[in-house]
Amino acid sequence: MTAYLITGAKIVGGEVADLLLDNGEIVAVGTNLDTPAEVETIDARGLIALPGLVDLHTHLREPGREDAETVLTGTRAAAVGGFTAVFAMANTDPVADTAGVVEQVWRLGREGGYADVVPIGAVTVGRQGSQLAELGAMADSAARVRVFSDDGDCVWDAALMRRALEYVKAFGGVIAQHAQEPRLTQGAQMNEGALSGVLGLTGWPSVAEEAIIARDILLNAHVGSKLHICHLSTKGSVEIVRAAKQRGLDVTAEVTPHHLLLTEDLAASYNPVYKVNPPLRTKEDVEAVREGLADGTIDIVATDHAPHPVEDKDCEWSAASPGMIGLETALSVVQHAMVDTKLLTWAEVADRMSYRPAEIGQIGDHGRPLEAGAPANVVLIDPAVERTVVPSESTSLSRNTPFEGMTLPGRVVATFLRGRPTVLNGKPAR
Amino acid sequence: MMKHLLSAGDLSRDEANLILDTAEEMRSLADRPIKKLPALRGRTVVNLFFEDSTRTRISFEAAAKRLSADVINFSAKGSSVSKGESLKDTALTLQAMGADGVVCRHGSSGAPHLLATSGWMTGSVVNAGDGTHEHPTQALLDAFTMRRHLGSLEGRRITIVGDVLHSRVARSNVLLLSTLGADVTVVAPPTLLPVDMTSWPCVTSYDLDAALPKSDAVMMLRVQRERMNDAFFPSAREYTRRYGLDVHRMAQLPDEAIVLHPGPMNRGMEISADVADSTRSVIVEQVSNGVAIRMAVLYLLLSGSNQEEPTA
Repeated sequence: MTAYLITGAKIVGGEVADLLLDNGEIVAVGTNLDTPAEVETIDARGLIALPGLVDLHTHLREPGREDAETVLTGTRAAAVGGFTAVFAMANTDPVADTAGVVEQVWRLGREGGYADVVPIGAVTVGRQGSQLAELGAMADSAARVRVFSDDGDCVWDAALMRRALEYVKAFGGVIAQHAQEPRLTQGAQMNEGALSGVLGLTGWPSVAEEAIIARDILLNAHVGSKLHICHLSTKGSVEIVRAAKQRGLDVTAEVTPHHLLLTEDLAASYNPVYKVNPPLRTKEDVEAVREGLADGTIDIVATDHAPHPVEDKDCEWSAASPGMIGLETALSVVQHAMVDTKLLTWAEVADRMSYRPAEIGQIGDHGRPLEAGAPANVVLIDPAVERTVVPSESTSLSRNTPFEGMTLPGRVVATFLRGRPTVLNGKPAR
Repeated sequence: MMKHLLSAGDLSRDEANLILDTAEEMRSLADRPIKKLPALRGRTVVNLFFEDSTRTRISFEAAAKRLSADVINFSAKGSSVSKGESLKDTALTLQAMGADGVVCRHGSSGAPHLLATSGWMTGSVVNAGDGTHEHPTQALLDAFTMRRHLGSLEGRRITIVGDVLHSRVARSNVLLLSTLGADVTVVAPPTLLPVDMTSWPCVTSYDLDAALPKSDAVMMLRVQRERMNDAFFPSAREYTRRYGLDVHRMAQLPDEAIVLHPGPMNRGMEISADVADSTRSVIVEQVSNGVAIRMAVLYLLLSGSNQEEPTA
């Protein structure tokens, strides 16, 4: 295995230094390092070294929708975006609700080699919301599932949600809730407000998210388990989670890059590339989720990367599938929305996009500070360049990026997964 | 003149008045023995209807034929659309057939907007009703009918009553009537109004009896009985009691005030039969004015379309 010497990088949270990667580990951090005879040197002057990013919320679509994305193409896009581990959502076909399916997804990730794939198991059989899936079998499988979610649908039945939270205590699992009260969002197409009324699109009210978050925080407090809130999108949700944390209640939450940057007025174009669930919200909501991420109310950024084939977006709004791709643009959007605005430092970005998601997802090999002895999961970024987002340049199989035509700061130059480059010079390495 | 007619809100006051004045000329044609103009000879107008609406389709068809256009009716039922063809492929097909104008009725809000902006086709698009969004030619024919009875709409008080939340007719009317200078009030139970109407150029009220004495025209919207199953109101009877227009309520209107309804009516629900058939009712006239308005719109959009580029 080739050793890599990364020279002159700004180590996040530390000084400018060299990094020596060998045998899958970070061997040393410092200057004038002893290097093996055969070493590949990467000049990283001007670049920032971050721990490999971890995405707690990715749709890889395999098995079932290999026309939209596969484990291979999705993890390659992840690597290009600086991720070394992704959590694969359970809404595949068949649904990842048995040990067999989660092991299949896990194995496909290992064969691909671009990023570690950690399967998320469904909470209920077929994500139908009526009967618990075999959560224990998935936890005990080779895939070692710890995060469970019916994402795409809400576990709306309060009794079932309570039991799910209770049951996973036996193996330290976490329930990741897609917070959407179904009766309040029947046929919903966009954020409910002044604009939805004008456009004649059925509204998705903030309260449909906030009511479930409040309920689940209280349920979780009652049973003492682990609750994670997926793609939190409203100001009210931020306030509820903030108040819960102040009271010492246990909950974690994520926000997507698109909810950190985009607003509902994009729906006025009726271009379904802007259709997503939960929907894009108002400027006020965007400011609130940014503040929440900055002050730690929201623990992490997760992409909710949701690939769709062209025909599922090249149609009228109500017929289109909701969702946006986001792996390759996540870090640039976070730099634009959070770092360039002085809301987060790069060290805090490492926390929100690597340390904390790895901690919530309980994967020890990722989300470790760049220190000697840690697994060599490293990403080098150039924060000084800008790029314009062009969908056809996407590494994902799908093209449904809402950031088309936007100029965003920062670029991933190289990604290392256990010492092997998955991305070099901004391109997939193998 | 603009290239497409997608929203009543896109019309300036001058453009709206041009359409109304042109419709006045078109209407006089109906009194002649030969009801036909050669204005759109050689032009192709496609009526692209993804929703059943015999009334609107026939109105557009009559309008296009009186202007001598070639008319193709393309309805979702019995066509490739019902076999799953996408809007895009339908648009590409129409483009290949050389459609100069496409009159589109679709159940999805924004579908005509997509046809006009996607680059799939180059013809003019007329929104003939999209989802719960807009129905601009209905608003134009309503304004036309009101203008014939009330004169200029400047300062006229117009009350729109009913299921505003789901009504494309209400959206287009509020936009157009306010452009024309009218004072618009919408009246509905709170459940049938959008949750935030701050950007609408109108006043809202929950009290029909308070609004009627101050109305020069009142427009009753169709209300589907099935809405009570989703708790929008408790029962058809209660809806009628609070928001239906019957002769007692009609008596509160000023003497010269008129009653409109875009049709089809639920007699006995939002409007009683004796109101619908009364002398104040201009409902049948709305239908005949619809042809004149659609002639004006097609004429203005299509007759100059090879001379200058669109401005809107």
